Amino acid sequence: MAFKEIDLNMGPQHPSTHGVLRLKLAVDNEVVLRVEPVVGYLHRGMEKLWENLTYTQVVPLTDRLDYIASLSNNLGYVLAVEKLAGIEVPRRARYIRVVLAELQRLASHLAWLGFMANDIGAMSVLLYGFEARETILDVFEEYCGARLTIHGIRIGGVPHDLDGALVARIRKVLDGIPARLADIRALLDENRIWKGRTVGVGTITASAAIEYGLTGPPLRASGVRWDLRKDLPYSSYDEFDFEVPLGRNGDVYDRYLIRLEEICQSIRIVRQALDGLPEGETSVKVPRVLKVAPSEVFHTIEAPKGVLGFYIKSNGTDKPERVKMKSPSFINLQSLEHMCKGNLFSDVVGILGSLDIVLGEIDK
Amino acid sequence: MTPFVAEVLIPVGKVVAVILYPMVMVVVMIWLERRVVALMQGRLGPNRVGFQGLLQPVADAVKLFFKENIMQRQADTFLFNVSPVLVMFSSLLAFCFVPLGEPIMLGSYNLTLWIAESPVGLLIILGLSSISVFGVIFGGWASNSKYPLMGALRSVVQVLSYEIPIGLTVLTVVFVARSMDLVEIVRRQEASGVWYGFLMPVSFVVFWISGIAETNRAPFDLPEAESELVAGYHTEYSGMKFAFFYMAEYAHMVLVSSLVVILFFGGWLPPFPSVKALSFLHAAPGFVWYLVKIMFFLYLYVWIRATFPRYRFDSLIRLVWKWFVPLSLLNFLAVALGRFLL
Amino acid sequence: MPELAADRPDFRQALEALTGRFPGAVLSSGVEKGESAVRLRKDDLEAVLRFLKDELGFNVLEDIIVLDNVRTAAEGGKRFSVLYQLYRHPGASRIRLVVDVGDNEGLASAVPVYRSADWAEREAFDMFGVRFEGHPGLRRIYLPDDFEGYPLRKDFPLEGRDGGV
Repeated sequence: MAFKEIDLNMGPQHPSTHGVLRLKLAVDNEVVLRVEPVVGYLHRGMEKLWENLTYTQVVPLTDRLDYIASLSNNLGYVLAVEKLAGIEVPRRARYIRVVLAELQRLASHLAWLGFMANDIGAMSVLLYGFEARETILDVFEEYCGARLTIHGIRIGGVPHDLDGALVARIRKVLDGIPARLADIRALLDENRIWKGRTVGVGTITASAAIEYGLTGPPLRASGVRWDLRKDLPYSSYDEFDFEVPLGRNGDVYDRYLIRLEEICQSIRIVRQALDGLPEGETSVKVPRVLKVAPSEVFHTIEAPKGVLGFYIKSNGTDKPERVKMKSPSFINLQSLEHMCKGNLFSDVVGILGSLDIVLGEIDK
Repeated sequence: MTPFVAEVLIPVGKVVAVILYPMVMVVVMIWLERRVVALMQGRLGPNRVGFQGLLQPVADAVKLFFKENIMQRQADTFLFNVSPVLVMFSSLLAFCFVPLGEPIMLGSYNLTLWIAESPVGLLIILGLSSISVFGVIFGGWASNSKYPLMGALRSVVQVLSYEIPIGLTVLTVVFVARSMDLVEIVRRQEASGVWYGFLMPVSFVVFWISGIAETNRAPFDLPEAESELVAGYHTEYSGMKFAFFYMAEYAHMVLVSSLVVILFFGGWLPPFPSVKALSFLHAAPGFVWYLVKIMFFLYLYVWIRATFPRYRFDSLIRLVWKWFVPLSLLNFLAVALGRFLL
Repeated sequence: MPELAADRPDFRQALEALTGRFPGAVLSSGVEKGESAVRLRKDDLEAVLRFLKDELGFNVLEDIIVLDNVRTAAEGGKRFSVLYQLYRHPGASRIRLVVDVGDNEGLASAVPVYRSADWAEREAFDMFGVRFEGHPGLRRIYLPDDFEGYPLRKDFPLEGRDGGV
């Protein structure tokens, strides 16, 4: 039996496609020839909805975009609105936003770690990663009552203050994460099976990565130093001291190491923010019905998945004229074919996992 | 002891025991796997059905029994139905030749703890367990779907490739024991005072790892990996047929563990026979020791599953052809040389 | 659109280079809220994109945004404005290109210049019906292929239409 070219279909229901994603594959005896992702199964018409809601009503809907890291969506949209309306947020609120955003980055990367390890077969790492993530979600729950779609960053500042008890709790959580991470690293980092499935798999060079518009950890794994927290700092990120980990080979293993290192750097940033938390208000008074003069902005932040951007055009009323979201996973997914070409069929799952996509963000 | 009892009842009883023994072990394994893997992952696992969840396998069996028997219209009906049977059949039949202990004297009757003893018992067991390959390929083909077919092909290549190191390592044991009769092999280990697992550790390690690959267990479970091919060659099966594949896999695991214990770890022999201080260990019958050792290897199966990621298929095949086959050949030569010189 | 409010030296340099190379292409330009925008003539789009990428170093196309100017179109303007957000890395500077397109007009595809434009243009086509000529496979991306209508247009009802699929 000689197979020449088979067309295979992964999804939309499949245990490893991280949501409802369909991948049309053409394989030749296990080697991948073509990959075509088909998206749109989770399309909810967000952008149309946003044109019919006030600026403040849009914020909780942004939670549902990248639902693994909802605070970063909140932050991206809210910063764009504040730039548009010329709202200046107090320093304490900016620091609290950094704490929340970096804790969210931690939670997002831990979830990613679990999913990716599970796809490659190390089932226990899924549970270990989620155990660590639970501690962070409990902090969010104590902060504003929600674990997943958090809506913890609002226009003008943050809804609640971080009191002493919550700060102590966050510190305790941060102390506990490195131990869990060490467990996971001991299981995977130098494991022959893990390395055999990730080293040299799904490589993309730096120039090809920029060509495809890749952003976030996959781009940094190819050696490109691009982190908006350093290049175009927002929300007081320039007041913190942290490193941007870079990879060398741009393969799945490098993306894995980069995200692990980003977890450590995020812990560092949160500790600095908590140590230097300034006095002041946690938010500025924003009118209940916010009317914005006609203008437009395009603002980007470094979300856990990549560069997240919001374009907002205002028309003088309380509802935006147009809101467009630039989703990092949408653009990153386009490079999947390039990364998968020439690799084996079993690697597709690993490469897709290393891209860290969320369908909510892709499909809006 | 009347002839009726000795010639009819006891053999029938032994056959029933042979069928029940792997089935009971399967039930135990289902529970063990789910609880142990759960506890290793920091969660509890099934602990509500019965004491500590011990009735969970019963609940699973009842559930599977009542599930709808789905079959595609284009599936090859005969092969589709026969493949779970083949896989189960090959595992169970091999148990006929697995001895469980030294014969027990019941009055004047010598009760042997096996159904059949053959001078080539080891060979027969290896041959019988290879029949399961047919079941796999029939199942994959008859499902008339791409994923099961690919899974079946991979599984067949994997099993056939790993038969070679198994054969070679088993040969080293046969060389040292000068017999292919499993009962003889254990008696030789008793006579020589050292278990073959310690005498030939390379053989043991290669046999154990190849055994894991033979049974399609993690980290060699790519043919049935959920995240890649949904469920490999048994994707299209549901209900009792799926249960058969599932149970056959566990039965095969028990068979491999039994072989490891008999060939390399002294079967039903208690450890440290020459140490006077530990002579209380001899109080337990051989069968108990045998079970303890098998349980240890079954636990090892589960432990390995919970820990390691999955081998990609080409790495798996590269491992056997580039490493295990040459290693087992060299090992065989070394053992042969040793036997010749000593 | 924007008025010449702020002073950005790198933007002025880019603008000068642009107007020098493509006289008449730039219809208007300005900086607002710290962001630079240039309104271009439709036919010069591809050449300008290539120039910006190869010579001025704007190597990343971050997003393609379409605006539905249904109100101004009624008064004789073009129906759609297509915005291209370009980014330069390293250098962290942005520029926005604006091109006006009419309802049934086609626009040159940016895919030959920027690979990342592929899906963004498909999304623009799916949501607004803007056709990009030269796109390798322009088809809907979110909605089913047989969907009728373009949802993000202002005249498409929020609750959808019966029989839309």
